[in-house]
Amino acid sequence: MNEKFPQNAGCCERPDGQPPGIQIAPAPITAGSLQDEVCCGSPPGPASHEFEKPGFALLDFVEEFVETPVGPVPRVKTALKWPDHAGALRVRLGLNRNQYKIAPGLYCVGAPDSRAPVLVTANYKLSFDILRQALTAISAWILVLDTRGINVWCAAGKDLFSTDEVVRRVKRSELEKVVTHNELILPQLAATGVAAHHVKKESGFKVIWGPIRARDIKHFLSNGLKAETSMRQVTFTIRDRVVLIPVELSHLQKPSLWILLTAFLISGIGTHVFSLSAAWARGIMLIIAYAAGILAGAVTTPVLLPWVPGRSFALKGAIIGILSGVGIAALFRSNLDPLGSLAFILCTTAISSYLAMNFTGSTPFTSPSGVEKEMRKAIPLQATALLLAIVAWVGSAFAG
Amino acid sequence: METFRYLPDVTTLTLNEKDCVGCGVCEIVCPHGVFLLHNKTARIHDRDGCMECGACAKNCPAEAIGVSPGVGCAAYIIQTWIKGKNAASCSSSECC
Repeated sequence: MNEKFPQNAGCCERPDGQPPGIQIAPAPITAGSLQDEVCCGSPPGPASHEFEKPGFALLDFVEEFVETPVGPVPRVKTALKWPDHAGALRVRLGLNRNQYKIAPGLYCVGAPDSRAPVLVTANYKLSFDILRQALTAISAWILVLDTRGINVWCAAGKDLFSTDEVVRRVKRSELEKVVTHNELILPQLAATGVAAHHVKKESGFKVIWGPIRARDIKHFLSNGLKAETSMRQVTFTIRDRVVLIPVELSHLQKPSLWILLTAFLISGIGTHVFSLSAAWARGIMLIIAYAAGILAGAVTTPVLLPWVPGRSFALKGAIIGILSGVGIAALFRSNLDPLGSLAFILCTTAISSYLAMNFTGSTPFTSPSGVEKEMRKAIPLQATALLLAIVAWVGSAFAG
Repeated sequence: METFRYLPDVTTLTLNEKDCVGCGVCEIVCPHGVFLLHNKTARIHDRDGCMECGACAKNCPAEAIGVSPGVGCAAYIIQTWIKGKNAASCSSSECC
């Protein structure tokens, strides 16, 4: 086992015959004995940090703890490290997104005193990381609410980033003992859940609406707590849209299993009642039509959103769906008869239209009245197109 | 947001200008610049920009603004059709 490291031969077997890692009687540790008894050559890790406590884990974004009238408050780093980027990547891919949260309560950046501003945010770690990253060279208190690991705007919409939670967290963190002023800076998008005048009445703290985006906070703070008009309006850039695509796709895993199964079953139906070889050969084509629909509705339409004609998302998705369906069916024209091609295009269009319609939930500008209006028109059409696609697909097996 | 326009003439937004106290909070909290203050009274400047998030109504101290707030999310609306408004949730694996 130690061929590669002959100098370590036998180091994992203790002379007293005990298995490694188990020590019967603690021997006095000296620098010399440490060196000698290192198992398998790696030096020991650093000693326990002075801030470590039994039963608690020290988080790597915490720099140190600062003493305040309400006890030690963690001072957090303003630079993101590898674990933060890895965590962000994981949730962007839709993996365990609901568990990415930090403990609510008071944190700080820089060296805040009793006059330093108090910034309020959600306990979704991605939100918290974006905020602290925007606070380089700033001294401020950060009051993290318990929004159950949900971002600011969504939590405000669900009444988790709420008047009650702001008041509760201000009281629980005894903020009035930490700062001598009575101002809280909240992200503007929290206004859906927080009534500023009620916070004042119930906690004595005055809400000041900060900018929408964390990157504008420095300017906001140095500009006498005034936000430019552009900082008050949401945008939906191509980058904003692209980062949402993996999560959209991750929602499709479960339904896709059933769709794959159905596609193979439908494809097997033919003149021989049911043929396994047809299920396989024709099923693949139907899966390609489905995949083309996903690509058109959940990837291409979101990316090209402002340039696809129409206001309704279902229409935008249908347009991209037809174009993709026609293009891809043409590529596979040797495998498809006219009826099969029709089924292919209808399938891609219906799937694309439906998925594009579902993208409304990820945008910052669609109203529920509008979404409901387009759904009432679009869903019957999407269902009809899918039904016709199935009829045409099965029909093409008998025609062929 | 001028680059993105959604369906026109759908919003449930109302403003009772007579009740307006001219505090301007609606103009501040609206993420789409729907309101503008004219002579210390709020006016609806861009009705079709409204996404019915409800921030204005929630923060209007005079209760002069009315809107039926909600999320413009198809997956959520389908849930309200199937399970009813109270049982529907847009948490867990769905959207936001």
